[in-house]
Amino acid sequence: MRQRIPTVLLALGLAALLAAGCQSEAEVAPETVPGSVLPANFPAPVYDLNQNPPTKQGFELGRTLFYDPRLSRDGTISCGSCHQQFAAFSHAGHGLSHGIDELLGTRNAPALQNLRWQRNFLWDGGSNHLETMPIAPLTDAVEMDETLENVVRKLNADASYAQRFAVVFNTKPIDSYQLLKALAQFTAALTSANSRYDHYARHESGGTMSAGELRGLRLLTQKCTPCHGTELFTDNSYRNNGLDRAFAADSGRARITQLPADRGKFKVPSLRNVARTAPYMHDGRFQTLEQVLDHYDHGVQPSATIDPQLQTGTTLGIPLSSQEKTDLLAFLQTLTDEQFLTDKRLSEKP
Amino acid sequence: MSFSFSNCKKDAAAEPQVGKLAIEMDHVVGNSSLVLNAATPNYTTPSGDRFSVSTLRYYISNIRLRKEDGSEYIQPESYYLVDATRPDSKVLTLENVPTGDYTGITFTIGVDAARNTAGAQKGALAPSDMFWSWNTGYIFLKLEGKSPEADNGAFTYHIGGFEGANNAIRTVSPAFPTGTTLLIRTDHAPEMHMKVDVMKILTGPTEVRFATFSTAHMPGASAVKLANNYAAGMFRVDHIHAN
Repeated sequence: MRQRIPTVLLALGLAALLAAGCQSEAEVAPETVPGSVLPANFPAPVYDLNQNPPTKQGFELGRTLFYDPRLSRDGTISCGSCHQQFAAFSHAGHGLSHGIDELLGTRNAPALQNLRWQRNFLWDGGSNHLETMPIAPLTDAVEMDETLENVVRKLNADASYAQRFAVVFNTKPIDSYQLLKALAQFTAALTSANSRYDHYARHESGGTMSAGELRGLRLLTQKCTPCHGTELFTDNSYRNNGLDRAFAADSGRARITQLPADRGKFKVPSLRNVARTAPYMHDGRFQTLEQVLDHYDHGVQPSATIDPQLQTGTTLGIPLSSQEKTDLLAFLQTLTDEQFLTDKRLSEKP
Repeated sequence: MSFSFSNCKKDAAAEPQVGKLAIEMDHVVGNSSLVLNAATPNYTTPSGDRFSVSTLRYYISNIRLRKEDGSEYIQPESYYLVDATRPDSKVLTLENVPTGDYTGITFTIGVDAARNTAGAQKGALAPSDMFWSWNTGYIFLKLEGKSPEADNGAFTYHIGGFEGANNAIRTVSPAFPTGTTLLIRTDHAPEMHMKVDVMKILTGPTEVRFATFSTAHMPGASAVKLANNYAAGMFRVDHIHAN
């Protein structure tokens, strides 16, 4: 059984050794809050943990809140309802998620992973901070339909929460600031960086890739970047990937910027754990990754804002042979991070 | 005893001298006082549109006081949410203002860009119904009411936006009445009385006609027009009590 994060721990140990000159690797404390050690192959995060230093109690409080349906108006929907760990915190099998009163949302619930590296959230980038992000689903009429004021009232009426919040924040009563900071301790911890690909990228044991998978990686680098670039496998930009010719149902990024140039653009999702986050696209229209590749190969629709990466002269899309599709699909499987998907510390019943 | 007392005096003298200022918001509509929720329209715009007001809420932030020599006192953590229905919110109390003779005031109507992007906030900035979650940022000013001229009989203006062309943050420096100086002293608590004229939201560079312009619900061109309106004279220093 391999260690959870051998390289980062080793790096940390070496750094400590260099800094202190007298500390051995074995003396480095184990990671008590998941995700608080940066993966060696990742870029610098946007959300600095110094603005909300995680503690074990704070993280666990955030986890309890994440899975607590009392955060919704009628106590039926939790954050975890639409963000399931085994599906990389996306909503397995749901094109559109159902919220309160069985109401349907308008977009596909995105995977929650590596959120510390995102500058903006939601498919249209309308949310600008990890800490205020939960207010959107909490107050949305078809998601949790609750107010922050009411949630805080419910939490204060619960002796267990009152006690746990007091331990973490050292002040009473519970307010929305504490609620948002505690939730952020959990969501900031959702780091997925231990797929087989990561072990390969960090030259760790367990990082063996087949010839087909390596061909897939090369293809991805040639044909799918910059959109799915960097070790996060997204450039976090907004792009029109040719799903439709018109955008009456959902203007995407233009809903926020009101710029015609942004019509039909949606946030480029990460490919990490993509084999587990079906269905795909902002409205969950594709059930399988084969359908997604077929879309890029021959399904791309023209429009005024089509991404330049998907148009060469008058040719639309990214031509892919059947062998190329096979290789790409093989590579995408290597981005599945079983440790993240099964880490008890992140689960509803740890 | 006398020895320790003189020590105290000495320590106190080393501290900067500070005083207190109260800024009172007096809500009016043109020449009338603001009376909320009138059963029939109690105000009329210059173009003849009749209306009543049910909601007036706005943020005042980053208050700065200026002395004649141009030096400024910048109030730290300076965020206030004024609500016409809450009398206590209409008095902005500034503690620990350095003593001196001040001749000017500057403040922001709304919330600065930094706090619009800084995550969870406390106090006046705690997210409330003055905060958009789907397009993160503060609503700087809300004005809602009724008008027979409006399509569905009502108008709702929610003004915010802090980026690019949609930036609705406005900073104003309403002049003191001629010859008036604000004297901050350790033993005085002066009161500045501000006339806050709702009619200015509807007039100014763009005169609002309810029939064609009855909503603003997001950052954008409509919000910017209304912000330009209220930046052009909604706040006026009426008088200052030295007390």
